[in-house]
Amino acid sequence: MAEILKMTQPLITAEAVSRSYLKGQHQVPVLRGVCLAAARGEFVSVIGQSGSGKSTLLHIMGLLDSPDVGEVLLAGSRIDNLNRAARDQLRNHVFGFIFQFYHLLPELSLLENVMTPLMIRHSIFGFLKRRREIRDAALSILQQVGLEHRLKHRPSELSGGEMQRGAIARALVGQPEILLADEPTGNLDADTGAGIMELLNRLNQDQGLTIIMVTHDNAIASQAHRTVQLVQGRIQAAGREITTDPQQSRTA
Amino acid sequence: MYKLLLCLRYLRTRYIALACIISVMLGVATMIVVNSVMAGFTTEMRDRLHNFLADIVIESRGTAGIEDAAMQMDRVKAAAGQYIAAMTPTIEIPGMMTFTDPWSGETYTSPIQIQGIDPAGKAQVGPLQDYLDSYNRILEDGVEVRPALRNREEPLGWELTAEGEKHFRMVQERNRLFLEDQQSGQPDPQPQDPQPEMESPVFDSEPVPVADNETPQQEPAPEPIFTNDDSQPQEPGGPLPARIYLGEGLISFMARNPETGRQQKIMMVQPGDNVILSTITAGTPPDVTKFQATVVDTFRSGMNEYDSSIVLMNLDALQKYRGMHLKNAISSIHIRLTDYSHAPKVLAALEQAFPPGMVNIRTWEEKQGMLLSAVEVETAILNVLLFLIIAVAGFGILAIFYMIVVEKTRDIGILKSLGASSGGVMSIFLSYGLGLGITGSAAGVFIGLLFVEYINEIEDVLSWATGRKVFDEKIYFFLEIPTHVNPWMVFWVATGAIAIAVLASILPARRAAALHPVRALRFE
Repeated sequence: MAEILKMTQPLITAEAVSRSYLKGQHQVPVLRGVCLAAARGEFVSVIGQSGSGKSTLLHIMGLLDSPDVGEVLLAGSRIDNLNRAARDQLRNHVFGFIFQFYHLLPELSLLENVMTPLMIRHSIFGFLKRRREIRDAALSILQQVGLEHRLKHRPSELSGGEMQRGAIARALVGQPEILLADEPTGNLDADTGAGIMELLNRLNQDQGLTIIMVTHDNAIASQAHRTVQLVQGRIQAAGREITTDPQQSRTA
Repeated sequence: MYKLLLCLRYLRTRYIALACIISVMLGVATMIVVNSVMAGFTTEMRDRLHNFLADIVIESRGTAGIEDAAMQMDRVKAAAGQYIAAMTPTIEIPGMMTFTDPWSGETYTSPIQIQGIDPAGKAQVGPLQDYLDSYNRILEDGVEVRPALRNREEPLGWELTAEGEKHFRMVQERNRLFLEDQQSGQPDPQPQDPQPEMESPVFDSEPVPVADNETPQQEPAPEPIFTNDDSQPQEPGGPLPARIYLGEGLISFMARNPETGRQQKIMMVQPGDNVILSTITAGTPPDVTKFQATVVDTFRSGMNEYDSSIVLMNLDALQKYRGMHLKNAISSIHIRLTDYSHAPKVLAALEQAFPPGMVNIRTWEEKQGMLLSAVEVETAILNVLLFLIIAVAGFGILAIFYMIVVEKTRDIGILKSLGASSGGVMSIFLSYGLGLGITGSAAGVFIGLLFVEYINEIEDVLSWATGRKVFDEKIYFFLEIPTHVNPWMVFWVATGAIAIAVLASILPARRAAALHPVRALRFE
């Protein structure tokens, strides 16, 4: 796998990305020229303290935000300056997001929540035509994350771990190429968090899903192929390939 | 798809949306009810105006009138005969009526409009029989208190009913006794009436109307060709040659019965009584002429204007008393058409048929133009005001939607992170507004129509609950509240309400669409 990674060009690259926010009357720089690349099938974790800009980096890479300076490249072509519709399409097709607070829609059942990205993708008629297909896709994803018995439940009736697994299912149902995870375990106890990490690892290994994960927890971060440390909007320690232990390489 | 799903879910799970729906519903229902009742009253009023006036009225310009009714009617027939269902000659002239109120003994004089008619002809032009008291039974709270005095088949004429005849005789007898008493110099003016008094309780222990017995002696001869004898009964003691139908409003008033505590109509003059009419003669300049007339009947058309001013009188007697020396002179011809839509054609044809300047030819709508347009303006203003109610509901939707958008900020961020476009998010809230508008309008239409359907029952309940009559049929002369539902009105009210709901949701929807996804996600 390592060989393949080195041969291919990075799937997603953030090039010298800077971003500052206006707080009151002051420009507060959050990112100051950050470069980050992830190859296809790579699991990268970004670690940093609160306010280090790691979430902003994730948002910029996932086209939820745009950089003041710098570029975001997907498979070599720039995507951050595309028009709004194209960016919406990319978010729907290429990226999957999971958040610390799960962010499931409270009015919808778990199944409906998982189907949402596909509903967004298709028009009403398209959806009605592919209804069964979409439902099957959602069901099989929910089975993968182990929630097939909770389809009709509202998010408020689920536990934190279940909600996060539901959120992962929702992120994956559109078969994205890159999963962007913002503190996926941040709101969970250690055991449940470990379960979620296991799930992410499995997805990465079994399906070759590219994952960029942001966390402040070293123990969690160290489960990725590689960690990048972000301090005050700059990359401090990068490129450390870790935990490519022989066992994992073999399974991949 | 997600738009529809979310929109439906928001509709179902936000109870605050119920407030929007209710406000739209109330606005729509109010507009439908008010419009239907207004339309009902207007239709009813137009019918009444119309029925009394006939479709087209040809009027002479001067008070002397036009000669030879038969010839004029032939002329009308020749010009537009195929469109005409019926016509009748009429004399319309202002006058005064003097009568004595048996309750107070006072003598009243009120201005009137005398219409000389041929009752059979008038009945063909309008539903005169429906208006005359003797042809209709009297109902009180749906209970018959007096049957009709005349059979419907009985042709209209100037004869008194049996009751009227009796009353007439009684009055004559009493007058005679009173005169005898006066002549024999008895100090007590109270007649010892041999007849039972319950016939006419209104005359109980009342002095005999002064006018009835004294005026004929004072009355000067209006024209040399008529002698005083003309105003005397043809047969001694019989009814006078001048016979009239009195508008009920002229001689009645509402008073509370102290025993039952209810409003009752008190009639000051009854069929069989004589009253004095004064009007002007046909000469130039006109003189005042006055004569006695026997009241044959009273009528009530439901149009207060008519009921409190019009006195219908036999045409030939009016011609005579007014000294109209032209042969069979009349002042107007009332025409009923087979189909009112022909009116413009008939009008044009009649204009051609009559010499210019001789007569005015107008439709009833033109004659009553002021009143009709006043009602129209009233309805229009009321509609504007009521639409403001729905506009208020619109602002309610605006405020509530803003609240929902703020509440849903994070969800909007999530949807955007999942690839929803700004337009998509906007359309969630627009269709939410549309959904509220449709639901509210549908409920409003339903409730409004239900209310209109059962308005009389509702009126009963309200009357019972408040203890006073909300809708007094004695005033309006309807047993029930008239309503008229115009489907187009319902359609436009509902559409307008939906449009307002959508318009009100535009601003919040735009705000939702403009939310930055990251800021929306950070929103807690």
